[in-house]
Amino acid sequence: MQSLSRTTLRAVVRSNAARTVHCSKTIPARVLQSRGSLLNATSPTSRAFTTQSARCYAASKEVKFTADNYPNVQRDPRFSKLTREDVDHFKSILSSQSSIVDAQDDASELEGFNTDWVRKYRGQSQLVLKPKSAEEVSKILKYCNDRNLAVVPQGGNTGLVGGSVPVFDEIVISLSAMNSIRSFDEVSGVLVCDAGVILESADSYLRERNHIFPLDLGAKGSCHVGGNVATNAGGLRLLRYGSLHGTVLGVEAVLPDGTILHDLQTLRKNNTGFDLKQIFIGSEGTVGIITGISILCPRRSNAVNTAYFGLTSFDHVKRAFTKAKKDLGEILSAFELMDGLTQDLFHKTTGKPYPLSDRYPFHVLIETSGSNGEHDSAKLEAFLEEVMGEEIVADGTVAQDETQAQTLWRWREGLPEACAHWGGTYKYDVSIPLNDFYTLIEDCRKRFDEAGLVGGTEDDSKPVIGVVGWGHMGDSNLHLNVPVRWYDKKVEGLLEPWVYEWIEKRKGSISAEHGLGFAKREFVQYSRDETALEIMRRVKRTFDPKGIMNPYKYIPMD
Amino acid sequence: MSTLRILVPVKRVIDYAVKPRVNKAQTAVEIAGVKHSMNPFDELSVEESVRLREKHTNKTVEDILALSIGPPKAADTLRTAMAMGCDRSIHVEVPEKDDMLEPLQVAKILKEVVEKEKSNLVILGKQSIDDDSSQTGQMLAGLLGWGQACGASEVLLEGDSLKVTREVDGGTEVVKGKLPMIVTTDLRLNEPRYASLPNIMKAKKKKLEKMKLEDFQVRAENRLKTLKVTEPPPRQGGGKVSDVDGLISKLKELGAL
Repeated sequence: MQSLSRTTLRAVVRSNAARTVHCSKTIPARVLQSRGSLLNATSPTSRAFTTQSARCYAASKEVKFTADNYPNVQRDPRFSKLTREDVDHFKSILSSQSSIVDAQDDASELEGFNTDWVRKYRGQSQLVLKPKSAEEVSKILKYCNDRNLAVVPQGGNTGLVGGSVPVFDEIVISLSAMNSIRSFDEVSGVLVCDAGVILESADSYLRERNHIFPLDLGAKGSCHVGGNVATNAGGLRLLRYGSLHGTVLGVEAVLPDGTILHDLQTLRKNNTGFDLKQIFIGSEGTVGIITGISILCPRRSNAVNTAYFGLTSFDHVKRAFTKAKKDLGEILSAFELMDGLTQDLFHKTTGKPYPLSDRYPFHVLIETSGSNGEHDSAKLEAFLEEVMGEEIVADGTVAQDETQAQTLWRWREGLPEACAHWGGTYKYDVSIPLNDFYTLIEDCRKRFDEAGLVGGTEDDSKPVIGVVGWGHMGDSNLHLNVPVRWYDKKVEGLLEPWVYEWIEKRKGSISAEHGLGFAKREFVQYSRDETALEIMRRVKRTFDPKGIMNPYKYIPMD
Repeated sequence: MSTLRILVPVKRVIDYAVKPRVNKAQTAVEIAGVKHSMNPFDELSVEESVRLREKHTNKTVEDILALSIGPPKAADTLRTAMAMGCDRSIHVEVPEKDDMLEPLQVAKILKEVVEKEKSNLVILGKQSIDDDSSQTGQMLAGLLGWGQACGASEVLLEGDSLKVTREVDGGTEVVKGKLPMIVTTDLRLNEPRYASLPNIMKAKKKKLEKMKLEDFQVRAENRLKTLKVTEPPPRQGGGKVSDVDGLISKLKELGAL
């Protein structure tokens, strides 16, 4: 009875504010929790994975060095080792002293840059540079290239494949100090901004101007838009707004030799030669550093509805999806699948009451966004009546207000954190044709049950909590997650290369949206053939002949 | 044990999670194209009424009537109340305009409804989050001559009395009163449920009676005129100090020490 509910918490804030601030009419309380304040780097909403929390974990349990964990990966002897003179040189070319984090100044501050969000990879970089402009990035890279110093570009460090942290002693180039919005055109909807702008800040800025960023993902409170472009992040609304390969109109990028590519196009159509920006989108920092982007942003929808369903089988989920595409058509903006176990883990780790009274093996969250509330509601109601009437969904709810909508989204967006609760997660982000979509989870579960490694949430002697799945059903993109108490070679042995072989047989992709990074470099051949890989290597050598950009990752170079 | 006929007034307000903006003329808050939903305190009233029904035997709660005085779209709010478990509703339709009815007029309308519907328990939100008046419940109790328990965090039905726990400064106060009674709800009373799909469907078939202000004796004439609405000054950004000494001298400079 005394527990603070969603409404309670918010309303407490508001009613206290209402008591203390004496202003006319209705404004004071709400303005105090203004959304505009999101423009400050840290977000008050709970939708973010903050790097801060990652660091808190780090204090409690050390992550092993990647170099120790993967002894088969050797430091490339062609790369020079960082010297005192190098650091002094960087100090001389950077405008501000705060742009340099050095092991001699503060070793603990380096930890956050060396350790990845999943807490699986930990590098040993002794230097972090935070340039404030493309020119500074250019000076840094030119020097590194001349000196054969390897670098790893880093955004919000929220990646899931170990792509944004050093493997050995690479210099971290963080884009966090480049965080200004450069321009926004309300007529065309084109936003031009620095690479280090936090996604949620960009989105809040656009929302105030009746637009939205065409990308949304769970890590929005920490991740950078430049990192999003560099990794070609997919996220929750790809179904509606398409991939960054379509929405990004131009990039400003620095090549390893210091060349600055000023290609911040703001045109939708421009058939004049090779589309160079596409090389950088999804290149994961291996060909250059993106320092600015221009992107086409859609109008914000006036009417957004969120519904959450319980379904009894995957067959029902497929039928609901077909129906949603047919009946909701152009207003459908998300169709997310979460299996029953994910919801149990979320319930267990957060203590939030389940949205539905009964438990179901499958849950689906759908969102519609449109320009006309009544029109959308009529469509949604017709859809709901049909899926209920035909017993496609067993139960469900529709958010009656924005707070409820946000709470329902937590049951999807909060899953990575819920899975990480016990220690760590083996994560696989794959594309699978819809017919076999959920079979991967079932097969994987069988494997782990047979091996006797699953202890559930109670049995502390076994490493595995369970095998769970969720994903962007609308994009055939599944997240297979194996939350564990500790990272265990036996668990890894059961998963790899089994998962990749399973995917290859069904002509899926071993990385739908998370990218390759360190985790999947050795497995890329399950999804791409040797010819394609060889052409990729040629591209890489053209841009980065010395191979200093984010080495040991992406694709095998030999 | 008496049977209860509960009246739950609900108000359609700008959604709690939306940041309101003042219009250019500084006469009111911009409402066009802004998401609206049920006043969160009223959600608590609806939930508590439904829980009273679920907690007691079949016939104890005879009727739960939701009522809203508002523009045409307030009907959506009533459908939500019915999807959460209210039996039927009355919509007193008033045109959408900047000036809202004042609490006294609302209380007078509610009084007429109470008398006509023979309600013996009215559960109201302790305030609405748009005008923050916090008066309607108390005024209604005065007009009806009923007992009132405001800011409830627990409501128990005992025979023909209600035992209500109130949160007051420095602790809780438990009061008991005979029905008929007025209760206003506070935040810790309960956690409102999600309306389930089957109940949302059923709510569409429940009775929603339309009425007009002319159907009541009260005259809709506001006694106060809003002269000006302004936003609070924007928050000043914080500053950094380098060490404890810096902090102390800064505090002294600001007169805090």
